[in-house]
Amino acid sequence: MIKQEFTITVYTENQIGLLNRIAIIFSRRKINIESMNTSPSEIDGIHRFTIVINETEEVVKKLCRQIEKQVEVLKAYFNQNDEIVWQELALYKVSTDQIVEKVKVERLLRKYGARAVVIRKDYTVFETTGHREETDGLLEALEPYGVIEFVRSARVAIINESSGFHEKLKEFEQTEPGELVIENEYLDKKDEVFSM
Amino acid sequence: METLEIKKDNKSKAKQKTRKLSGSAALLEVFLSEKVETIFGYPGGAIMPIYDALYDYQQKLKHVLVRHEQGAIHAAQGYARASGKTGIVFATSGPGATNLVTGLADAMIDSTPLVCITGQVYAHLLGTDAFQETDVINITTPVTKWNYQITDATEIPNVLAKAFYLAASGRPGPVLIDITKNAQIQEFDFEEYIPCEHIRSYRPKPIVRKKYLEEAAKLINEAKKPFVIFGQGVMLGEAETEFKNFIEKSGIPAAWTILGMSAIPTDHPLAVGMLGMHGNYGPNVLTNECDILIAVGMRFDDRVTGRLDKYAKQAKVIHLDIDPAEIDKNVKTTVSIWGDCKETLPLLTQLVDKKSHTAWHQKFKDFQKQEDEKCIYPEMHPDTNVLSMGEVIDALNELTGGNAVLVTDVGQHQMVTCRYAKFNESKSNITSGGLGTMGFALPAAIGAKFGAPQREVIAIAGDGGFQMTLQELGTIMQSGLNVKIIVLNNQFLGMVRQWQELFNDRRYSFVDIQSPDFVELAKSYRIAGQKVTERSALKKALKDMLDSPEAYLLDIMVGKENNVFPMVPQGCSVSEIRLS
Repeated sequence: MIKQEFTITVYTENQIGLLNRIAIIFSRRKINIESMNTSPSEIDGIHRFTIVINETEEVVKKLCRQIEKQVEVLKAYFNQNDEIVWQELALYKVSTDQIVEKVKVERLLRKYGARAVVIRKDYTVFETTGHREETDGLLEALEPYGVIEFVRSARVAIINESSGFHEKLKEFEQTEPGELVIENEYLDKKDEVFSM
Repeated sequence: METLEIKKDNKSKAKQKTRKLSGSAALLEVFLSEKVETIFGYPGGAIMPIYDALYDYQQKLKHVLVRHEQGAIHAAQGYARASGKTGIVFATSGPGATNLVTGLADAMIDSTPLVCITGQVYAHLLGTDAFQETDVINITTPVTKWNYQITDATEIPNVLAKAFYLAASGRPGPVLIDITKNAQIQEFDFEEYIPCEHIRSYRPKPIVRKKYLEEAAKLINEAKKPFVIFGQGVMLGEAETEFKNFIEKSGIPAAWTILGMSAIPTDHPLAVGMLGMHGNYGPNVLTNECDILIAVGMRFDDRVTGRLDKYAKQAKVIHLDIDPAEIDKNVKTTVSIWGDCKETLPLLTQLVDKKSHTAWHQKFKDFQKQEDEKCIYPEMHPDTNVLSMGEVIDALNELTGGNAVLVTDVGQHQMVTCRYAKFNESKSNITSGGLGTMGFALPAAIGAKFGAPQREVIAIAGDGGFQMTLQELGTIMQSGLNVKIIVLNNQFLGMVRQWQELFNDRRYSFVDIQSPDFVELAKSYRIAGQKVTERSALKKALKDMLDSPEAYLLDIMVGKENNVFPMVPQGCSVSEIRLS
């Protein structure tokens, strides 16, 4: 099996220490996390981790089971890039003088869907969101003029097929779970274990 | 804590009696509600308020003062393994807590239910490098099923309820609760304790799915050479009877992992012995010949499977386990039955045909005959005056009738004991299987005796491992405990020496270990004992030990360079098992 990019989405309780519990599942197996984002989810009080790694599907599957095994984790999903809508945000700080003199700023902004967040005498900060290639593209375009600072956020992703976690959570709250959280659903479709 | 779910009707049922209690007293009240009887611990600065509260609970809660925190946690493990109940540990902050780490890792990998309480510095000192402050939560995260730091006493009832629930339910494991000193002292209104029964993000047991049981039964009913392998899950699920019914109806030969041993009597007609590196010949070789491999409550450890890509490739695999993360982890299954085997086994038993598989059983017997000739006979009848470990275990079987609890350490003596010991009762074989913790036997035997006081408990250790925790002789002395100790003394770190002999051209690198006079040592702890060097003295010495109403130590000298066989060399397939 070949390694490819997977996005893992984890719904969890909001608990101190859980970030570490999840992170060490990767580090223990010497797997590098490409990006990790924690944020609120569609449900008040439920957190959502978005983790990007490069691994084979089999490894990702096992990782998801280890993640789900953690007491405060409600559910872990993994998806390939064509199954999600995803974005990353990047900020670029460049010298205002350089930009004003040498760059056709308007064209640049249009081409990369970027906007200027701050314009000061000494520097300007651009912002863009998009896929890796897009944020990289603007970086490349700006590089000749000297990028003072560059930063990119972790990926955030929405799962195409997902109908959200509201219904599932109701099931989780019952002592006897119903059909929605028959977690051994993966027994049915072994190859698409944690996909929705 | 929003993750803690308490049923509303439970809450209203509870009488609204509130009492002003300190966090420490509340903790002990929770223990009483959870029917805790015995605590293994060691006091220190940051846990002093709890020990102060314990002073008033001495009539209701037994506290065993150990000599090292590692001893406390191994004792709690022994207690849990022998009794099936949750083991309780107290340790102080800093070094007290870090001394628990080996035991936590051991309990984690061997699925032993524990609730460990560690003291912690005052909440306002957290992160200041205070005296005896250490980041216990982060240190223990990889080796606990769950851990939590309490900084406010009002959290104690709910967090402890969750701790007890998590430790024992689903696949059991160790839970650590770190309580800051201020929370131990703080007084609050303690309401009636409500045990935890449900946590929304935690599913200890799945719904059993009939469809997979039917598929499994179909495979089993069509099988010509089915083979059952089972682990500790059978005992953890208290499914010994259900398991026996299953194999007896289906007539399938069954082999145990080291931790599964004693779930069925070792002389059961369908029992074919132990799996793995030093397991029996037939079960290992025939793993690669069976057509259906039925794994019950076991996790395909590498010591069981040997080389994975040559493991049971010809077989269809049915895996029954409570932990979904174990399914397809090491061995790909054809049918996975996720569930508590106490529930799944009876359902499967209903669906399988009654069979006897006589010809298939004969194969196991044929292999057993070869093993008898080439391994067992020489072990039991050495052509020297020096005793073998196997002879000792054999003599012990005769005297105990297979009714004792044997608590082993790690190494050659452990493998020999598990190869030759006879057991009639469940929960009789207590050993550090997954982690392989030398020093486990003595403290675990202490705990086992507290957990099963009516049973004979015998610690069996090598001369190396015994020296790792021998200070616990002091615990035996002080508690007046009737624990028997056998040191199988080959004056070597025997298992490493065996590997060095077989795989490193006999380059014996730092395995030549010197020991004190163990009998004199025991004597200084007021424990009687004797040294055995002659074959003729063995039985009498064992009898003296067993007849003693108190603790007793035997230092038995055995062959220095004896090896344990059969052996599946590391990296080899189970069918490449060597008899010599």
